[in-house]
Amino acid sequence: MAETVTLMPYDEALERFEPVLGLETHVELGTASKMFCGCPTTFGAPPNTHVCPICLALPGSLPVANVKAIESTIRIGLALNCSIAEWCRFARKNYFYPDMPKNYQISQYDEPLCTDGYLDVQVEGKTVRVEIERVHLEEDTGKSTHVGGATGRIQGADYSIVDYNRAGIPLVEIVTKPVEGTDRLAPEVAKAYVTELRELLRSLGVSDVRMEEGSLRCDVNVSLMPRGSSTWGTRTETKNVNSLRSVERSVRGEIERQAAILADGGRIIQETRHFHEDTGATTSGRSKEEAQDYRYFPEPDLVPIAPDPAWVATLKAELPELPSVRRARIQAEWGVSDLDMAAMHNADAIELVEATVAAGAPAADARKWWMGELARRANEAGTALADLPITPGDVAKVTELVASGALNDKLARQVLEGVLAGEGAPEAVVEKRGLRIVNDEGELSAIIDQVLAGNADAADKVRSGKIAAVGALVGGVMKASRGKADAGRARELILEKLGVEG
Amino acid sequence: MSAITRDEVAHLARLSRLALDEGELDHFAAQLDQIVGAVARVAEVAAGDIPPSSHAVPLTNVFRPDEVRPCLTPEQALSGAPAVEDDRFRVPRILGEEA
Repeated sequence: MAETVTLMPYDEALERFEPVLGLETHVELGTASKMFCGCPTTFGAPPNTHVCPICLALPGSLPVANVKAIESTIRIGLALNCSIAEWCRFARKNYFYPDMPKNYQISQYDEPLCTDGYLDVQVEGKTVRVEIERVHLEEDTGKSTHVGGATGRIQGADYSIVDYNRAGIPLVEIVTKPVEGTDRLAPEVAKAYVTELRELLRSLGVSDVRMEEGSLRCDVNVSLMPRGSSTWGTRTETKNVNSLRSVERSVRGEIERQAAILADGGRIIQETRHFHEDTGATTSGRSKEEAQDYRYFPEPDLVPIAPDPAWVATLKAELPELPSVRRARIQAEWGVSDLDMAAMHNADAIELVEATVAAGAPAADARKWWMGELARRANEAGTALADLPITPGDVAKVTELVASGALNDKLARQVLEGVLAGEGAPEAVVEKRGLRIVNDEGELSAIIDQVLAGNADAADKVRSGKIAAVGALVGGVMKASRGKADAGRARELILEKLGVEG
Repeated sequence: MSAITRDEVAHLARLSRLALDEGELDHFAAQLDQIVGAVARVAEVAAGDIPPSSHAVPLTNVFRPDEVRPCLTPEQALSGAPAVEDDRFRVPRILGEEA
């Protein structure tokens, strides 16, 4: 069973071969009830508590399609620039694994709801158009646990136990056309596609798109052809790719594995491979059953779907602003560079900055705090920016306090620290820690006198016209006030006292 | 010419996880051939002006609203199962020797 895998270094593999990608993404829709029955879809319920005669395929039960799932699928298709079928049917996909109690899965075969679309993604400043072959609707399967055997996998198990809570949850499959010409960026294109798709689905509100809970799952197809050839090689399909990072790693790993085999005169076997999150390696799964073995035929228990064009037009008109459009608009509004925008995107900061701006902060300030101090703290704590215990409202309040002169940046950082430490809202932290800036002229003047007296040399230099020396004096004032003085005002007052024009 | 071959019946039996011996394969291949042949006669009746249909009723768009309905209890759900473990349906080994 152990398989020896030889890899060719990525750069060498890319010198000799050109990759062709294909991505199949499964998305569990966030409907309240299942696709063909009224069982709830919530994640993590005790086993076999979300089941009924329909999703258990008890004799005499009949499925009825969930209209919200149909609507969500059409909206996904529209957002991906697809054509929506005027008439289509469900199909039975017959197979004999016990993860579906019916011995078939209700899916769509040659009549998907949505066809021929595209999604543009940005990779290293370049736009790559990923064409969409089809978007179809099916039902998810139950969850099997394999008992016995060393690995907990299906191979070598003595028997399996099945929980059908997930069986029948509406599942949308989004299939790309083969993606050619990505060259060495293939892993990044794959990752960018899934990232963009996830954001798009989230903006549509059709799924919670949690890869770690399996509500977004990705199968990655990779084949290689020798440079100069135009005939695609044999592809493999890697399953179990459950994070964005894994999408990238699995493409890279498969390119390195296939290149080594081909360079050695070997042949790629068309097969399913399983990705292992811990090692980043893939291992061989079952060889793929031929499509005809599924014996697809039109589902007799469900009548055809014929979406009313007026309904589709309404759904199209009501689509929310899509993420790429939104990012372009925000970038123009905020006046930030491509690089800064990409940095915010990668840090998942755009929504936070947007919410902070909505709470009244100038965009530049909101961006500065989220991408600077707060990003640094999130990084230190090893958490996502959005998971920091601070709200966009808090950050907006801090920028307001800075703008009003009540805080300077140094004090503002201490306020943020206090909020993150659970000391309360920004004003409360300011009060508790006594962080308000010294803008009492009398107090500031007294501090300046003291500093001038203690730094006679620097004061003389300034008097004799070496204005640059004022920096040391301002520094002295800041130190004496423990950072609470208004540095700008202190500079003005120092120059005034020394009789020099600033 | 037969409508379904003995090899095809053997293939279907494997997909269906049915263990048919040689005698049964001969027996069922002949029977299935007759059945497929009988059904095929429908195709002879259907002229070019009759579109293929999959449903006997002229209906489309039969939907239900997205509303949660009561489920079975695990006890009810599992009551007909030949074997149960940890509130789950226990099923025989999925991959046989051929996997």
